[in-house]
Amino acid sequence: MTTEFLQILWFILIAVLWIGFFFLEGFDFGVGMLLPFLGKNDHERRAIINTIGPHWDGNEVWLITAGGATFAAFPHWYATLFSGFYPALFFLLVGLIIRGVAFEFRSKDANPKWRSLWDWCIFTGSALPALLLGVAFANFSKGMPIDADMQYTGDLLTLLNPFGLLGGLVTVAIFLLHGIIFLSLKTEGDLLERAARQAGKVWIVVIVLTALMLVATYAYTDIVRQLGINPGLVPIASMIAILLAGLFISRRQYGWAFAMTGLTIALTLITAFMIMFPRVMISSTNPEYSLTIYNASSSPYTLTVMSIVALIFVPIVLAYQIWTYYVFRQRVKADPKTLTY
Amino acid sequence: MDPVVLSRWQFAITTVYHFFFVPLTLGLGWFVAILQTQYYRTGDETYKKMTKFWGKLFLINFSMGVVTGIVLEFQFGMNWSEYSRYVGDIFGAPLAIEALLAFFLESTFLGMWIFGWERLPKKVHLASIWLVAIGSNLSALWILIANGFMQHPVGYVINETTGRAELVDFFALIGNPKAWLFFWHTITSGFATAAFFVLGISAWHLVRKQNEDLYKKSFQLAAIIAVISITLVGLIGHTQGQELVQTQPMKMASIEALWETEQPASFSIITIGDLTGKNLVWEWRIPYALSFIACNNFSCEIRGVNEIQAEYEALYGPGDYIPLMVITYWSFRFMFGASLIMVALAFYALYLTVRSWPEKLSHPRWLKWMVPAIALPYIANSSGWILTETGRQPWIVQGLLKTEQGVSTAVSPAWILATLLGFTLLYAALMAADIYLLRKYAMAGPDAALQESEDSAPELVGGQD
Repeated sequence: MTTEFLQILWFILIAVLWIGFFFLEGFDFGVGMLLPFLGKNDHERRAIINTIGPHWDGNEVWLITAGGATFAAFPHWYATLFSGFYPALFFLLVGLIIRGVAFEFRSKDANPKWRSLWDWCIFTGSALPALLLGVAFANFSKGMPIDADMQYTGDLLTLLNPFGLLGGLVTVAIFLLHGIIFLSLKTEGDLLERAARQAGKVWIVVIVLTALMLVATYAYTDIVRQLGINPGLVPIASMIAILLAGLFISRRQYGWAFAMTGLTIALTLITAFMIMFPRVMISSTNPEYSLTIYNASSSPYTLTVMSIVALIFVPIVLAYQIWTYYVFRQRVKADPKTLTY
Repeated sequence: MDPVVLSRWQFAITTVYHFFFVPLTLGLGWFVAILQTQYYRTGDETYKKMTKFWGKLFLINFSMGVVTGIVLEFQFGMNWSEYSRYVGDIFGAPLAIEALLAFFLESTFLGMWIFGWERLPKKVHLASIWLVAIGSNLSALWILIANGFMQHPVGYVINETTGRAELVDFFALIGNPKAWLFFWHTITSGFATAAFFVLGISAWHLVRKQNEDLYKKSFQLAAIIAVISITLVGLIGHTQGQELVQTQPMKMASIEALWETEQPASFSIITIGDLTGKNLVWEWRIPYALSFIACNNFSCEIRGVNEIQAEYEALYGPGDYIPLMVITYWSFRFMFGASLIMVALAFYALYLTVRSWPEKLSHPRWLKWMVPAIALPYIANSSGWILTETGRQPWIVQGLLKTEQGVSTAVSPAWILATLLGFTLLYAALMAADIYLLRKYAMAGPDAALQESEDSAPELVGGQD
């Protein structure tokens, strides 16, 4: 195997990990954001949490693994990104921390104030990371100030440019839609009706933001140079999928609608990675300073070792995670007699 | 404000905090798995209650360990990006493997275990908790392989063109004897932490004669685990001494604040003075003891700080190669002292369960002292890591890269300070919530743990509106 083959392979694998993360944590971030609004009483809120209860932690590991894989395969990418996006990552961590403990802590005390506090932690811990990850990916495709030593020279405000913020909003909106469709699949009774009623409205917001994002992508990124004026199958399919999601929502075919939002998330991310390739951190200071899969990667030996490990274990992980969704395929009833706390 | 100092404080606070939760997770997972296996085999409801009770405390603790662990993986890139560039080729691999092999396993099957009591076949549900225990211990192995490289780099070459360390022998990396000694020392410490946790909480209930059957059984099992694990902790710790004197002689000399080479070397239990060797007020020394710690005999020569400093200056150029002695000296004594008390208490607990078992166990005068003894393994665990990490200074990777060279250059000190304060405040608030819940559930006994998960008893679920 040539070095270049390994570098491309790991670029793809890291993209796959991010896609897995956005697809899975996307709906559980969405569910977390909806929690204080859709759940009208404590049992309903617990039912909402229980739709993602067995899964959210496993979903989050996709992010940890994406981080670890970036460290192992492209140390410079990891170092430049994590030190450069320092303040944003701090807020991301705070969000993930309060969210993670909230799932475990919120039902351990009956005081309504205690529960409300942790429910808002789940909300914040879902909305904030979603927003920040969207901001990050918009900036990945747009490029950012990076000097000749591979160091990020901007600050937090550099990332919060209009395109970055739009990326953040699009991500929040699509996660909300993904989550509300997931709830429509996994709940019943009043909760299901309420989720179903709101899904259409969220879809409209997503469509408006996505359309803006589409235009902005041509204005802010070098998509034309990378993919051409006609960007090709992947981005167009992504647009078709989000339109079809609306159709399936109106027909109350939530399984299909969920597949469509999932497809949109995956294809949009693939588009972002296609705009980047073979760069991994685009320098807006000087194109020469960009980090690429060639100048940011580990040695061929490390890449080979990691390829073997990934080849063995990724299928195993996928198999048992898919099995967990099969085990918990039933809808969750907001009934205190059957709820797991 | 020096970014190196700020980043070191941040690493110290977030890592020590993370490691408050990890050892209990490592040990208590196996404990719960054993209890559930007993329930599975005998159908005895007491074992089910025990599984639920200790399982509840396990979960509260586990969640804290998970969320504080994410910070560590991010922190290498955030605060130590130049370190990450330098060793990413080697250090990133075990981290990625840890996520892929261990994190997925423990998090996925923990979800299955919490929510699967009624949903999964009994055998599969039992397997879930075993997989959680295996997963969390596997995670310890891979992160210690990564840390082992920082203490004793193996399996690498320095690439002349890039100036970075590159992996050439993966099996040397994962076979690093340093890492495996760390691993067994950490795992057995985890067992000891869990055992003292169970002993203390059981003693609290036994003194009050509540649920005596359940807590006697817990106490008995924990006493056996405590004796075995704390003995192994000591034996492996002793073996580490012989490895340490070979690979990190400066750390060994700093443990004793041994300035001049000695043969045979003595060990001071306590020193009153400033550890410079010049302003000694009083000390209590045991002859031959340092030779025993370092070489497993009573006669070997232990090189002093001054000799090693001179050798390092010749080898690495001018500089200060001496760690902060007041920390290395005292952290070793805290670790060692806490462990010795644990040995005594573990055998006392075993004596209670064997000699006066079971009639008189409710009364022994000393039983209530097992409750504050829960703190002992925490003191030992934290001191041990503080010793290991500060004893390596000024190196971030022993002999290869200095800590000051590893810090991020793109991050402003103001942000490091802000996040240092942010993490500290957040962690303090979470610690309060965590201790509140652990206390509440530990004191409430097994019925609260059962009700909450099975019947949703109104007084615990509440909040109807």
